[in-house]
Amino acid sequence: MSTTYRTCPASGLQFENQAEKLMRWNAVVGVLWLLVGGITALLVILTRWPAIKLLPADQFYMILTAHGIDMIIMWILHFEMAVLYFASSTLLRCRLATPKLAWVAFVLMVVGGIMCNVAIFQGESSVMFTSYVPMQAAPHFYLGIILVAVGALIGCGIFFGTLVVAKKEQTYTGSIPLVTFGAMTAAIIAVFTIAAGASILLPTFFWSVGLIKEIDAELYRMVWWALGHSSQQVNVAAHVSIWYLIAAVVFGAKPLSEKVSRFAFLLYILFLQLASAHHLLSDPGMSAEWKVLNTSYFMYFAVLASMIHGFTVPGAIEAAQRKKGFTNGLFEWLRKAPWGNPVFSGMFISLVGFGFLGGISGVVLGTEQINMLMHNTFYVPGHFHATVVVGTTLAFMSITYLLVPLLFRREMILPKLCQIQPYLYGISMSVLGLVMMGAGTLGVSRRHWDMAFSGAPFQYEWPGAAYLMMGLTGIFGVLAVLGGALWIVLVVGSLLFGKKLEGGAVSDNPTPIPAAQPVAASASHTGSEEHVAVPGTVVLASLLLVSFILYYFVNWKYLSEVWLLS
Amino acid sequence: MSAILPPSERLWWKQPIDKTEWAWIGIAFIWAMTMFGMMIYWHIYGKQNLSNEAYKTTPEMFAAKAEKFIAENTVRTETDQNIPVVKVPAGGDGYLIARLWNWYPILELEAGKQYKIHLSSMDYQHGFSLQPVNINIQVLPGYEHVVKMTPTKSGTYSIVCNEYCGIGHHTMLGRIYVK
Repeated sequence: MSTTYRTCPASGLQFENQAEKLMRWNAVVGVLWLLVGGITALLVILTRWPAIKLLPADQFYMILTAHGIDMIIMWILHFEMAVLYFASSTLLRCRLATPKLAWVAFVLMVVGGIMCNVAIFQGESSVMFTSYVPMQAAPHFYLGIILVAVGALIGCGIFFGTLVVAKKEQTYTGSIPLVTFGAMTAAIIAVFTIAAGASILLPTFFWSVGLIKEIDAELYRMVWWALGHSSQQVNVAAHVSIWYLIAAVVFGAKPLSEKVSRFAFLLYILFLQLASAHHLLSDPGMSAEWKVLNTSYFMYFAVLASMIHGFTVPGAIEAAQRKKGFTNGLFEWLRKAPWGNPVFSGMFISLVGFGFLGGISGVVLGTEQINMLMHNTFYVPGHFHATVVVGTTLAFMSITYLLVPLLFRREMILPKLCQIQPYLYGISMSVLGLVMMGAGTLGVSRRHWDMAFSGAPFQYEWPGAAYLMMGLTGIFGVLAVLGGALWIVLVVGSLLFGKKLEGGAVSDNPTPIPAAQPVAASASHTGSEEHVAVPGTVVLASLLLVSFILYYFVNWKYLSEVWLLS
Repeated sequence: MSAILPPSERLWWKQPIDKTEWAWIGIAFIWAMTMFGMMIYWHIYGKQNLSNEAYKTTPEMFAAKAEKFIAENTVRTETDQNIPVVKVPAGGDGYLIARLWNWYPILELEAGKQYKIHLSSMDYQHGFSLQPVNINIQVLPGYEHVVKMTPTKSGTYSIVCNEYCGIGHHTMLGRIYVK
């Protein structure tokens, strides 16, 4: 298939015609799912806010199921397809492998997404995102997810194919860029994730149509979480890649060490398959040895990887800023960063929120014995709103401020509001995560319609602080929804009404990436000339570690105060 | 030059790693191993470890055992639904059924005594969430989980269901008395 290549005048990035269209459509569909997810989010919040309690129970559980599915699967996967095509075709300046098949993948994902949502809104599939057996959804609920997964799997295949095309057609020399490498780890993990998903959702689909008699509840949980958690590892690999990407574009930041950053990505691949374990820590049937070994992905090696990225990403920014002359004190590089640029501010809030809130809470939650204090409480969604939303979604939102001008060739409208949006969304979502975790620490359940237990044979009164936390959840949840809505308005408004930008020269052939200058190479080889110390990052990382250690041991203290268990 | 271009040094894997980075990797690794060791330490010296004792069962088998236990140990009934209050023999076995949508029966325990509480579900998955202590354990159909518990303080405790189990999920509230 003949195609054309457009060189963006603003960035120098080269977009292949088919890849560009696919990225646009995937991103647009992703945003539409985010809209559905956002509306359902508002309804969920207004119901869990004890003072409002908007929806009746049946509608609440239906809407909550839709919220989980549309946010975690539909929005994120569609956006990730765009990221994969960008990291391969655009960054490697080559044609996309088998674009027709990519359209098939896209259609499968759209059809699957709609099918699954039809099942949910028909009201017979209020089984939550996890769809734990033996609670049963309508067959097309499972089938819809399977179609989306098949589409995503094809997308990953096209990504790998595009890497081969680039290598074969020699559009670059040496190794693939770090961002592409990170996207590659995401795609490899995605293949594992989808394979795990197929091996549990296919039988579950057959069970829902009556071909299989029974599915073991614990087996389901173990295999399902190899999908459920590994998919979050896909998100982590994707959004960490985007952090590096934004650091590179905004600051011209170079990784402190290619070796360290790539090794950290590799750790994600090596240990992710054990991710399902830490969802089973309070389950019957698994031995303590198995739980301990697999906690937080085999002896914390994936945590180690995230801690490394948490150092190298701000470190790369600091080094780039210091080279530009922002060398005063520990933090001039950070103070004088472009805080008014939503691409950067969103990325940095994503980085800090993911590390301090999502990361620390995740490891504590994933500690074998401590899990008993938090399992299935509101702490769990609090944690993953800090990881998946502050981490992944906010990173995706930030890069969109970059992609709208480059990819869609439109200027962002209302620049003042664009500046505010990452703060409104990032900060309210971070506080939301925090107060949700607070409520969970006090025992409040997740996925629960009525914390007053109306209709129960007994009474149980939660502590007043739990009601306070749930009220704050309501307030900050609504603020976060406003922040998300603002983003959708800005992006959709810019696509429709933004000033059209110059597309740049179009050519029939790709222009290969020029080979690196040997001069720069020799300087860095000897070390000292290019090396810049990053004391500010050391301080930030130490702060993270100290918070981590304190919070970790506080929870052991909590645990030591409950009933004795053995 | 940057993360979106191929590494400027072609043999990037031969470049030395800066000592600050090494130090951070080392510290992060030590912390990871400390957290790993902490779980093992708690298994040896800690007093709150979730039991590993679990058996495959069926709702019928488990219900039969629980009914026998209830018939032998009921001390009174409570509420207009006449829910039996069952005194678990000190050091003995107690059975707790999770089903749509109640925890059955009410258990009566004594502070400072150890009990073996058997948990299983008759239907969907449920979540045993003891409040206000805040101990949370997954309860599955087909699995009998035997958890050794020693209440530390007397009082009236509630069991909230914290695994979504359908429309009546929020009414699934159980009770444990500790004397």
